[in-house]
Amino acid sequence: MSSEANLRSRVAVRTESVCRHYRMGDSLIRAVDGISLDIEPGEFIALLGQSGSGKSTLLNLLAGLDRPTSGSVVVHGRDLASMSSEELARYRRNDVGMVFQAFHLIPSMKVTENVELPMRFAEVDRTERVDRVRESLERVGLAKRMEHRPSELSGGEQQRVSIARALVNRPSLLLADEPTGNLDSRTGEDILNLIRDVSLSLGMTVVMVTHERALAERFAQRFIFLADGKLQSQEVRA
Amino acid sequence: MKGYDLLDLAVRNLRQSKLRNGLTTIGISVGVASLVAMLSLGVGLQQLATKRLAGSGMFDTVFVTSRQDFRGFDKEDDAKAPNPDRAPLLDEPARRNITKLPNVTEVEPEMRVMGEVSYNGVTHFGFVTGLPMSAKENEAFEALKGKFFSSNDANEIVILKDFAKELNPKDPDALLGQEITLRYGERQALSTDTSGRPGMAAQDNGSSGGPDDSYGFSVVRKTQAVKVIGLIEEEPYGGMRTVSRGRIFLPVGTMERLNMAQFTDMRSSLRGTGKNYMTLTVRVKNPGKVQSVQDAINQMGFRTFSVLDATKSLRRFFTVLDLFLGIFGSLALAVATLAIINTLVMAVLERRREIGVMKAIGASDGDVKKLFFTEAGAMGFFGGLLGIVLGFAIGKAINVGTGIYLQRHQLPAEPVWILPPWLIGAAIAFSILVSLVAGLYPASRAARLDPVQTLKYE
Repeated sequence: MSSEANLRSRVAVRTESVCRHYRMGDSLIRAVDGISLDIEPGEFIALLGQSGSGKSTLLNLLAGLDRPTSGSVVVHGRDLASMSSEELARYRRNDVGMVFQAFHLIPSMKVTENVELPMRFAEVDRTERVDRVRESLERVGLAKRMEHRPSELSGGEQQRVSIARALVNRPSLLLADEPTGNLDSRTGEDILNLIRDVSLSLGMTVVMVTHERALAERFAQRFIFLADGKLQSQEVRA
Repeated sequence: MKGYDLLDLAVRNLRQSKLRNGLTTIGISVGVASLVAMLSLGVGLQQLATKRLAGSGMFDTVFVTSRQDFRGFDKEDDAKAPNPDRAPLLDEPARRNITKLPNVTEVEPEMRVMGEVSYNGVTHFGFVTGLPMSAKENEAFEALKGKFFSSNDANEIVILKDFAKELNPKDPDALLGQEITLRYGERQALSTDTSGRPGMAAQDNGSSGGPDDSYGFSVVRKTQAVKVIGLIEEEPYGGMRTVSRGRIFLPVGTMERLNMAQFTDMRSSLRGTGKNYMTLTVRVKNPGKVQSVQDAINQMGFRTFSVLDATKSLRRFFTVLDLFLGIFGSLALAVATLAIINTLVMAVLERRREIGVMKAIGASDGDVKKLFFTEAGAMGFFGGLLGIVLGFAIGKAINVGTGIYLQRHQLPAEPVWILPPWLIGAAIAFSILVSLVAGLYPASRAARLDPVQTLKYE
């Protein structure tokens, strides 16, 4: 296999001059402005930049939550820009797991129910769900907290639940938007350790938005710096 | 998303704001209840009216008249016979032909004459009417004291209880089995003077239809001893037919045999048509055959009328009544619809974040829409269920109320409010439908929410 073909087959996510512009009053905001990027399967990538640099918008484009104004986002050979909203929903539930700064658990649901929720949308058989919920929660080390409600858990535990929820449909891409932003530094470190461990053991690609460069440098393999919606520089960890 | 997941999530969401959703559901139930109460009232009134008619024993009966008679009552009907003068007469051969029609069990004329009975030397006036043998099955004879006629030409009478009290105030029942004298006018043919014979009453007064009296007839006073064999409380056929408005009832065959003169006999003497019938009452095997018998008799050139015709206009009346009752009932449901819209719009606003999360973890726009639809539908279902119960209670109250009112006026209590099973199903279905329509806007609003906006960290 030539190195070129080898490289192509090893691309999990590719963006080609992807732009996301929107209007705010009279001015045009170029949140993401022509970013081209290749992400390899299993890579742990940190998107870094000031707030407003466009890193969250880029993450939402990768997640299929937002559509590019122009350019393309190709995941496993499929262009998200050309998908219907139904196809995008299917992509989000089968191929993507999302972790948020604010955890975004549903407060009225128990831990197990929160983790089960994505399987409801994916129409996973009910008999299978119990096992998969347990498996996911064991993976994040929360097997003992299954019957609690999110409000009864610490921030770190809540973030673990949200990781378990992100994993439960066995996605290939884990997208994390400031996953440590609401946590103290020690807990944050634990969470990133967890993310790295599960991504290694499940072979998932991770794209994480953060502004904590020091923390990112200890976990990510590649750092992508954004400024004003543009790709400024990339660094690969030595 | 699968059905049970939708339902589970919907019910879970509804339980999140118990008070608000509960109040909305009660709102729906009040709407459904008022609709159910109104429509059931319509149904009950209709059944009451139909029952009265059915009790009258007229559902299996066709009334036949000649087109020569009763002209000018119904222009539309008159137009069917351009030459009424030449329309066939309802005479003896016509009666025989009608009797031969399939599914016809009895053909009898309607007869009603004035008469007098003497009892203990006192005479009492009363209308005498002829009853066919089939009258035995009429509800008036359920309360018969004594016996029904032994045959269609027996010299026996059944009288109204009130009339019996008039004859014998102390012990009306003592009349049973007694023979009394009935005085009536007999129709006697005059012989034609064109043939040179003297213009006197002919002696032949035997068979029904009598001799040829087309030239004219005398009305001659006659008496006949009759035996009182039965007492009834109410007039047969609910007092709705000519033959039922009387106090003294004879077998119609006896009246024909005695050739009793009727008021309506005048018209045949005008036309010189001889003996013919004003109205023949045709009994049909069952109500389902009424239409075919009616058609066959119409073919013979006669005018027919049946309660089927009457119920047609009755049904039209009740359709209109139901419509109005339904509109009034729906007003409350319309208000409830607004309550659903309001509740769900509030829910969409409140659950913006949650909707965003669900979309982020894989819910499609359709899933979100279906979820809100299901919530609306569930409120509709429970509201409908509760509304049936509430409507049922209201209806029972109406029945009890009218019952008390009727009893105060010495009338038997009758249910005016009836909840038919179809209405239970229809009300719940309608309630769900209305709720789904109310859910349209909130659901599409929820589905359109932009997850990026709702998930922004605040």
